[in-house]
Amino acid sequence: MMKVEALIRPQKLDEVKAALSEIGIRGLTVTEVRGSGKQKGFTQHYRGAEYTVNLLQKVKVEVVVPDGEAQRVASAIMEAARTGEIGDGKIFILPVAQVIRIRTGEEGESALT
Amino acid sequence: MYGLIDLWKRFSAARALTLLLILMGTCAGMGAFGQDAGATAEAAAAPKIDTGDTAWLLVSTALVMLMTPGLALFYGGMVRAKNVLNMLLKSFIALSVVTVLWVVLGYSLAFAKGSPFIGSFEFVGLNGVGQEPDDFYATTTPHLLFMVFQLMFAIITPALISGAVAERMKFSAYVLFIGIWSLVVYSPLAHMVWGEEGFLLKLGALDFAGGTVVHISSGASALVLAILLGKRKLGSGEDVRPHNLPMTLIGTGLLWFGWFGFNGGSAVASNGLAVSAFVVTHVAAAVAGLVWVLIEWVAYKKPTALGFATGAVAGLVAITPASGFVGPIAAIVIGAGVSFVSFFAIKMKAKLGYDDTLDVFGVHCMGGIWGALATGLFAQKAINSAGADGLFFGGGFELLGKQVVGVLVALALAVVGTLVIGGILKATIGLRAADDEEDAGLDLALHGESAYAGPSYGAEAVVAESGAMFAPMPQPEKA
Repeated sequence: MMKVEALIRPQKLDEVKAALSEIGIRGLTVTEVRGSGKQKGFTQHYRGAEYTVNLLQKVKVEVVVPDGEAQRVASAIMEAARTGEIGDGKIFILPVAQVIRIRTGEEGESALT
Repeated sequence: MYGLIDLWKRFSAARALTLLLILMGTCAGMGAFGQDAGATAEAAAAPKIDTGDTAWLLVSTALVMLMTPGLALFYGGMVRAKNVLNMLLKSFIALSVVTVLWVVLGYSLAFAKGSPFIGSFEFVGLNGVGQEPDDFYATTTPHLLFMVFQLMFAIITPALISGAVAERMKFSAYVLFIGIWSLVVYSPLAHMVWGEEGFLLKLGALDFAGGTVVHISSGASALVLAILLGKRKLGSGEDVRPHNLPMTLIGTGLLWFGWFGFNGGSAVASNGLAVSAFVVTHVAAAVAGLVWVLIEWVAYKKPTALGFATGAVAGLVAITPASGFVGPIAAIVIGAGVSFVSFFAIKMKAKLGYDDTLDVFGVHCMGGIWGALATGLFAQKAINSAGADGLFFGGGFELLGKQVVGVLVALALAVVGTLVIGGILKATIGLRAADDEEDAGLDLALHGESAYAGPSYGAEAVVAESGAMFAPMPQPEKA
């Protein structure tokens, strides 16, 4: 099994959710995160005092799928989240050692859905 | 117990004495009114309660009371989430501390006859301050009402100081400071400026609603106390942005609303002068908010909500001493001027390196000085016959000179008073919260509560029942 972990623009979350739903992915976890990368930060002024914000708001979407589906999920996210500008985010694909459904104790791929 | 009995005896005696004085005064025809704005001609006969004046002063008193919770929100929004309750409480607690002191002693030191510099003990425990009018301060309303109206000013003034010492001053030291300050700095200054025999009043320095008494005194004291206290301990690049600016804007709205009572009520009558003060108060706030936003737009390319709030409050500060003496066009100039004065005063903070956290000096002291001097420029006898003509209305430099004296006296008293009180507290109980308390946030460390439920506020600090405030985090078991 693989975990597809995508860091995307917050305003792209709804489109990504819709794209995943279209390819039959229902189980996902969404977290508000902050991070930095190539995208430049911005400055704010509070009574003239300058603050540079370089940890930017992003949304992390996590989906765990059987090995063969990871690429398809990644493509769907990529298409939905892309604007073409710096700051679109990244996708990580990681192996997952085990999945256990808490309610029943089922293990492995059958616990995924 | 002895003290209480003693006080009661004095109270009864003074009641009788007051009645006698009123009778004598009535017989004598009550001449000789001073420059008090409320001493209108029709009151020159026997003192009689005017229901309109009394109603407006009651409303004004309630309006000024609301400014202290307004200030709490104004300041509270600007601090970090871990210190917001401490910030709010530092304003609210002034309602209690100053009220008790004012009733027992403060009002007497401010408004009883004594010397040109401080009042006597005549009104201790509100002896003789009753439902009858006073022949100088409140000729058409109960003296008791004038007392409680003034109390609301006495409350918000030390509370203003709390913004400068935010996020690090120990609560106990703060409470003691504002209590002593209220008796040692506020009451004498109020006496000098507004007292029947006060030397600044006799000199002819004008301060309609408290530019010197309230704003210069609190603003200058705020700077001195912030320096005595030292800077916050901040890591490099630590995020100290305001945690809730909508809260600050609600506070701004309440301050603006309450200020109609602050300035309009200072006419101590429901008359044309009250309306004039009301109008110029609104105009100055409106203009100052706009001008501040425009300055930011030019300097930083964006207008900000915090800038508007700061400007509006600065405008209210600046018009305060002038509000009973100037017209609406002068109010526009005063409002526009204060935004430049305070904006650049706040810019200086970074260069000078003191940590007046919420810019009490820049807004209140500098704004108050500008307002006091502007009164010397724009005052008109045509607006208030008890006032004087300023430089631009044919009065020459005379009034301006007196205004300078008023400013200097207020600055001197506030600076010296704060150095003494703050110095003594620093040497005895200490002014600052401990470093780990400051780190964890004053809400959790000093008050044992958090403004917002959730794991992120002070979760790293474990409050142990043993009294060890910051027990080490439990270590996760090794896998």
